[in-house]
Amino acid sequence: MAVVRTQDVKKVYEMGDVRVSALKGVDIEIEQGEYISIMGPSGSGKTTLFNMVGGLDKPSDGKVYIDDVDVAQLDAYELAWLRCRKIGYIFQTFNLIPVMTALENVTLPMVFAGLTSDEARDKGVELLNKVGLGDRVSHKPFELSGGQQQRVAVARAFANDPALILADEPTGNLDLRTGTEIIELLREMNQESGVTVVSATHDHKMLSVSDRVVWVRDGRVDRVVKREELKIEVGTIDGRTA
Amino acid sequence: MAQRYSSSARREIGTQVKLPVRKAVEISFNSVKIRFGRSLITVSSIILAIAFLMSIWTTSSIVNSLRDANDPKMNLILQQKGIDISQESEANRQEEAKNTWLVVLSLLVCLVGITNAMLMSVTERFREIGTMKCMGALDGFIVKLFILESAFMGMAGTVLGAAVGFLLSVLMSWIGYGTAVIDYVPWPGILERGVTAIILGSFLSLMGGILPAYRAAKMEPVDAMRLEV
Repeated sequence: MAVVRTQDVKKVYEMGDVRVSALKGVDIEIEQGEYISIMGPSGSGKTTLFNMVGGLDKPSDGKVYIDDVDVAQLDAYELAWLRCRKIGYIFQTFNLIPVMTALENVTLPMVFAGLTSDEARDKGVELLNKVGLGDRVSHKPFELSGGQQQRVAVARAFANDPALILADEPTGNLDLRTGTEIIELLREMNQESGVTVVSATHDHKMLSVSDRVVWVRDGRVDRVVKREELKIEVGTIDGRTA
Repeated sequence: MAQRYSSSARREIGTQVKLPVRKAVEISFNSVKIRFGRSLITVSSIILAIAFLMSIWTTSSIVNSLRDANDPKMNLILQQKGIDISQESEANRQEEAKNTWLVVLSLLVCLVGITNAMLMSVTERFREIGTMKCMGALDGFIVKLFILESAFMGMAGTVLGAAVGFLLSVLMSWIGYGTAVIDYVPWPGILERGVTAIILGSFLSLMGGILPAYRAAKMEPVDAMRLEV
């Protein structure tokens, strides 16, 4: 069943007198357990679509369903609940709270979910172990490398066992090797827990692990490519990444 | 209710829990403590503003009290300092007016200084607020957090500021008018002024903190993240 479904989603930004159409009618369906990459050049509407899918932004027209719930119909409390329990976010710039330790960062969403401090701590340590940072629980973000920070962010995204992980350019601020590690980590957790992963990216390393790749161009879905077809296509279009 | 869900399947959607105040106090207190250096700058601008106000008030009450005492020795010193000792003179009325003007001015300094400090400390954390909202923080929680933070800093800053302002002006009067001045410090009046200054300062820091925090909390998380400060 579809975790996310969009119906003719349009988004218009008004800047003074200028109306910019970022999305011009997008229909996509994302299934439970899929690993999807949204690709596209800058200004294609990739990030806008990504924000819609994650319930971070509301469409000007059309509908977004997350777990079969129309996001536009939700009030602030329900939206916060959705963001807290159903969706985990990973950002390009990591966005850890600088004054909190790795563990506190991971447990923050659990605190928002109403877990007691003890429950949250146990689960937080477990998650940090899983991403390979079991020995760094009490380090502050600035004491960690970029790759390690992103691992903390991954652990934080999984804090409340979400149905959907949204990763916005998760490898954008990382070098090739740590980027690959993060991608592999995400893929591993996706296969292990059956969580759906959606990432907006233009990192070609993402392609090889994605079940499907959605290309966005000029506010529309240009094409959707399954992994089986992907290898050949990547090989022919740009031989570098195959 | 039914229209909220599409026809194919009904999924449960819950309502986000409100966070207990204890947890908010813990987080905001830690936040002030850990950002000690930054908090100190914010607090020091509150201290300065309140100290200015308090010193104006203290000095003028002490001078008034010295004048009212009508002690010949003290009158001489006052006259040497160029202060008119008669109660109803034109010079005194001018002095009153000047003091009122100084108080108004120091209140303005308070208002601008505190609001600016609070505004900055909230604005520079927009990204953090956006992240918290993505994690499922309610608007109310963000506001609560910042109210508590401004309250901690406001209280600390105003109490310290009032103390500093008071001590400095007593010290100045002591140097200016001699040790006997201690006997003439109008304690009840100054205490009253001190409490007023503390309440005023706390109120201003709360207002200075609430408004930007409220605006930040109301923002959609994407907008909060997009803003580069």
